[in-house]
Amino acid sequence: MSELLKVPTMAEFMAQGKQPEVLFWVGCAGSFDDRAKKITKAFVKLLNKAQVEFAVLGIEESCTGDPAKRAGNEFLFQMQAVTNIEVMNAYEIKKIVTACPHCFNTIKNEYPELGGNYDVMHHTEFLKSLLDDGRLTIEGGKFKGKRITFHDPCYLGRANNVYEAPRDLITKLEAELIEMKNCKKNGLCCGAGGAQMFKDAEKGDKEVNIERTEQALEIKPDIIAAGCPFCNTMMTDGIKVKEREGDVKVMDIAELIANAQDL
Amino acid sequence: MNYLPNILFAIALIIGVGYFTKNVKKLIRNIKLGQDIDVSDNKSQRWKNMAMIALGQSKMVRRPIAGLLHVIVYVGFVIINIEVLEIIIDGLLGTHRVFSSIGALYGFLIGSFEILAVLVFVAVIIFWIRRNILKLKRFWKSEMTSWPKNDANYILYFEMVLMSLFLIMNATDIHFQAMNSGNIMSQYITPLFDGLSENSLHIIERTAWWIHILGILVFLNYLYFSKHLHILLAFPNTFYGSLKPKGQFDNLEAVTKEVKMMMDPNVDPFAAPAEGAVMPAKFGASDVQDLNWVQLLNAYTCTECGRCTSECPSNQTGKKLSPRKIMMDTRDRLEEVGKNLDANQGTFVEDGKQLLDNYITREELWACTSCNACVEACPVSINPLSIILDMRRYLVMEQSAAPIELNNMMTNIENNGAPWPYNQMDRLNWKNEK
Repeated sequence: MSELLKVPTMAEFMAQGKQPEVLFWVGCAGSFDDRAKKITKAFVKLLNKAQVEFAVLGIEESCTGDPAKRAGNEFLFQMQAVTNIEVMNAYEIKKIVTACPHCFNTIKNEYPELGGNYDVMHHTEFLKSLLDDGRLTIEGGKFKGKRITFHDPCYLGRANNVYEAPRDLITKLEAELIEMKNCKKNGLCCGAGGAQMFKDAEKGDKEVNIERTEQALEIKPDIIAAGCPFCNTMMTDGIKVKEREGDVKVMDIAELIANAQDL
Repeated sequence: MNYLPNILFAIALIIGVGYFTKNVKKLIRNIKLGQDIDVSDNKSQRWKNMAMIALGQSKMVRRPIAGLLHVIVYVGFVIINIEVLEIIIDGLLGTHRVFSSIGALYGFLIGSFEILAVLVFVAVIIFWIRRNILKLKRFWKSEMTSWPKNDANYILYFEMVLMSLFLIMNATDIHFQAMNSGNIMSQYITPLFDGLSENSLHIIERTAWWIHILGILVFLNYLYFSKHLHILLAFPNTFYGSLKPKGQFDNLEAVTKEVKMMMDPNVDPFAAPAEGAVMPAKFGASDVQDLNWVQLLNAYTCTECGRCTSECPSNQTGKKLSPRKIMMDTRDRLEEVGKNLDANQGTFVEDGKQLLDNYITREELWACTSCNACVEACPVSINPLSIILDMRRYLVMEQSAAPIELNNMMTNIENNGAPWPYNQMDRLNWKNEK
């Protein structure tokens, strides 16, 4: 842990006349949310370990506009999109990796029409490719035999059909991958999408994250694995409400892999 | 020779098909009230989707019990309709079982129709039990009262009666039974009529034949007034369904133009709009005419099965939102607008109503998590989420009527590039935090 993180910015690369292998799009949650920052750092440690030449935009990064768009504010979304695209195109970005499925979906699917064409990967896909190329190795270590279930983020799963990369990584940890009754295509939302993260829920008889947490607890996991900072928050809250913080952890896939190697 | 039955038959056929055609034209007119949308791309994928999803029922069978029963009714419906062709020819020409001359194949065909008819009958009974005795939750949601509830049952009764008539018609057909080929099921019904004179049997057979074909014509015309249009519209609907990843929401072109102009330092903001520049009447949708025609086709295609609603996280946790209701409301309002046009010689007279508020409430719209579970669940490629989003767009961009917390979130994005009130200059601080 003592080792300092190497987090070069695009501006620094530019100053040296170099181009990184990939841009790490950190996202608002990954930059500001205390829980999500831990995911960001875990992922950076893995990038450092695998000696990936990456860069971040740092203070030049701005919200992709996803929550504004889902809330119906197309103006604000497109303002954000066009600004971000201008920055990224000026840096001649080709490849992007992000640990947020909302950023992933927006940049991958909604930016091209507005002039931003990049090869976009979710961090679980990127980690999987590092593994396949032999640039990163995973040892089961402390997760061997643990019961781990993966909560599919809507914007990674249903929205973009990425189901296997995160599961492959869990299996590589020699953990026991268990599935909730609603998984993959039928995964149940954590309740945060569509800008719900930023408002109270409408009147009902239950919170969505509690429903999803109950589904997870039904199969008695040691760890609920997430691939989205917002799902992570919702599931962590659910576990707190259920007073199960003692025996069930909510962790991002990047954290699992980083922890397995004691990074 | 007495031509009266032939003439009566021809008249019934003309009225039945004629009235249906008239309503289909109305249907097409109503759908065309929607905004234009370009769906001319990737024809081959579209044909493939139609073949897989509508013809192949690929999404129906994701729920195995309902899926299997539905496949039986669907296959039965399509195949037994070959028999209708014979009935129409017989009716018009005054022949009796005109195809029977083809010999053994005829027995095989009618035999398979009979087996299917029995299977359909049983499947429909099970459907009825699931709906009315087992009371499956999705059939008893708040939007499924009065007409929608009765409509569903009427359709089931219709199918039970039509299948029974087909079998009775065969069972009481003395010549057909005497052929003893193809009466694979009806031979067990024949004994029920033991002891009746040949004449009575003939009358029963004729009556069953007439009610069967008239029933089919009535059912055809019932379609337009019921939720049952999916048997036809599932095909175009799956053809025109979105080919994009589900997470990709459309970018409003009109907004793009304005944003590009705002960002371009060379544009004179006070310049007169270019000749022929068309500005949209409004951003987003508050009524059915603001939606695109595929969304309106979606509304007519919905058969209210409720798979969307049963998968909806908001609905599951007791919120008012039901994606099925979004589709039903859209159709109901579209029908209302259509009737308004009919009553006023084709021009719409303002009726002080709209889809927003009069049908779909804001509470429903704001309860959506945009998770796409409803879109994934629909067996015929309906997209309730796109309507919800278009209506949110209207609320936010035309009325500035987002919930306060969302306005705060959007103000934050506008001012500091994040949904929370953090400074953009602090975006990389995490790097040095312990």
